[in-house]
Amino acid sequence: MKKAVESSGTGKKFGATQALKDISFVVNEGEIFGFIGPDGAGKTTLFRIITTLLLPDEGEMKVLGLDCRSGYKELRKNIGYMPGRFSLYQDLSVEENLHFYATVFGTTVEENYDLISGIYSHIEPFKKRLAGRLSGGMKQKLALSCALIHKPALLVLDEPTTGVDAVSRSEFWEMLKKLKPYNITIIVSTPYMDEAMKCDRVALIQDGQILSVDQPEKVRDGFSRKLFSVKAPEKYKLITALRSYPGISTAYPFGDAVHVTFKDDDFDDALYDYLDRMGITDVKITGTRAGIEDRFLELMGSKV
Amino acid sequence: MTNNTVISVRNLVKKFGSFTANDNLDFEVYQGEIFGFLGANGAGKTTALRILSGLSEPTLGEITVAGYDARKQPEQIKKNIGYMCQKFSLYGDLTVKENIMLYGGIYGMKKKLIRERTGSLLKRLRFEEYGDRLIADLPLGLKQKLAFLVAVLHEPKIVFLDEPTGGVDPVTRRQFWEMIYETAAGGITVFVTTHYMDEAEYCDRVSIMSEGKIVALDTPAELKKQYQVKTVEEVFIKIARPGKKPG
Repeated sequence: MKKAVESSGTGKKFGATQALKDISFVVNEGEIFGFIGPDGAGKTTLFRIITTLLLPDEGEMKVLGLDCRSGYKELRKNIGYMPGRFSLYQDLSVEENLHFYATVFGTTVEENYDLISGIYSHIEPFKKRLAGRLSGGMKQKLALSCALIHKPALLVLDEPTTGVDAVSRSEFWEMLKKLKPYNITIIVSTPYMDEAMKCDRVALIQDGQILSVDQPEKVRDGFSRKLFSVKAPEKYKLITALRSYPGISTAYPFGDAVHVTFKDDDFDDALYDYLDRMGITDVKITGTRAGIEDRFLELMGSKV
Repeated sequence: MTNNTVISVRNLVKKFGSFTANDNLDFEVYQGEIFGFLGANGAGKTTALRILSGLSEPTLGEITVAGYDARKQPEQIKKNIGYMCQKFSLYGDLTVKENIMLYGGIYGMKKKLIRERTGSLLKRLRFEEYGDRLIADLPLGLKQKLAFLVAVLHEPKIVFLDEPTGGVDPVTRRQFWEMIYETAAGGITVFVTTHYMDEAEYCDRVSIMSEGKIVALDTPAELKKQYQVKTVEEVFIKIARPGKKPG
């Protein structure tokens, strides 16, 4: 398999802040590769290095077979980048923005229209409208169209779904999937853990370091403990009580349940007695399957 | 949670010119309840939130918040609620203590009381040594938790949270929800908007808005049962945007 991005030991400092530390990963050609992590994890810094907008202090970063330092001129022609902040020209219309980006990259909208038609058709009825006057979801679609119009080999999307509602988010992932036949490598970042499952492979990132890289199912199944779901009507009382139970290893709220691991990996009836003494009624404890967020929490915990 | 109504909305309509942003909303929220207010972008959540917090006047309807009429007594409402949003919460160029002092002062609290609550607040966050640090120098997660505690510093009847957990790490997100549980258990109503559908499952009840109307309102368990799905996210995707219009 050809490699689209190869990072070994990439590091970046801003003053005393270590934004990225010893970042190593490989992105294969044609993959949808996700970086999953909270704000401040270093996702944007890493994407700026990949797109040659920022130089690393340490390590080696090869993109599309070229060094990110010496190959930047060639690379910029072959990368499409959608930054986290909306960066199109607000005072140009929808179609003017699209034509502008096509022209800058020495192509035309007609030449690569088939690539963007599935996305652009949603906003084409509004093509005369100024970009600054579009809704959030429409801006997102225009930005993606502009990043794709020169048929890049590598598409880099920095938090395209942040602040977007669940319906638009799932639509956005559908659009990315439809790009598969064009063999464009897609690197995408997101703070939403559930979006990890939509990627071919993911890297979990936190505090400038990669915690894990693998297929999302494998990352999830890397959860090393037996996991239980505990439910009771009085959630706050339940969490507080569980936390002070001696046999508990971790207890995190997950929706209407608390996800719990035990020091001995299992529990006995003493737990029911204890919860009963604490005045917690209608307790339900069942074994449950770990999700990607459980694994992220486990990896964060082991790092501290 | 109790059966005392702290927010009562009857036939709320808000129009901007010919556009109806809120179309006949009808609901109640109870004391100590965690109420999730969901909807697609542009569904009208922010408009309703602004009316409930006394910042905007309804076109029609009878709205009572914390015992006050939203049309006639918006200033009284403001004094009895807390508000926090993701985008702006605290002043970056003031220290932690200065921010607490400022907000306490705005809500008319006595200096002595502010000082007392500052102490217990910092202790609660295990944060005592950071009192003199500038907000701008704090990590995002800590800032969000602090912003929440500042929003309930004056012990309001209701606290409105507008996407409070955007972008924070999963551990912090959970600590944040535990603070919400604790607050609600203490009798303060928590009214929260979020784009994280898994967070909707933490709420006692959720409402889902679409095109200016409330199209669903119930406990997460009941909604999932009604639409025969496993998650609130699936409920949301089924009903939040019936027309699936672009944008």
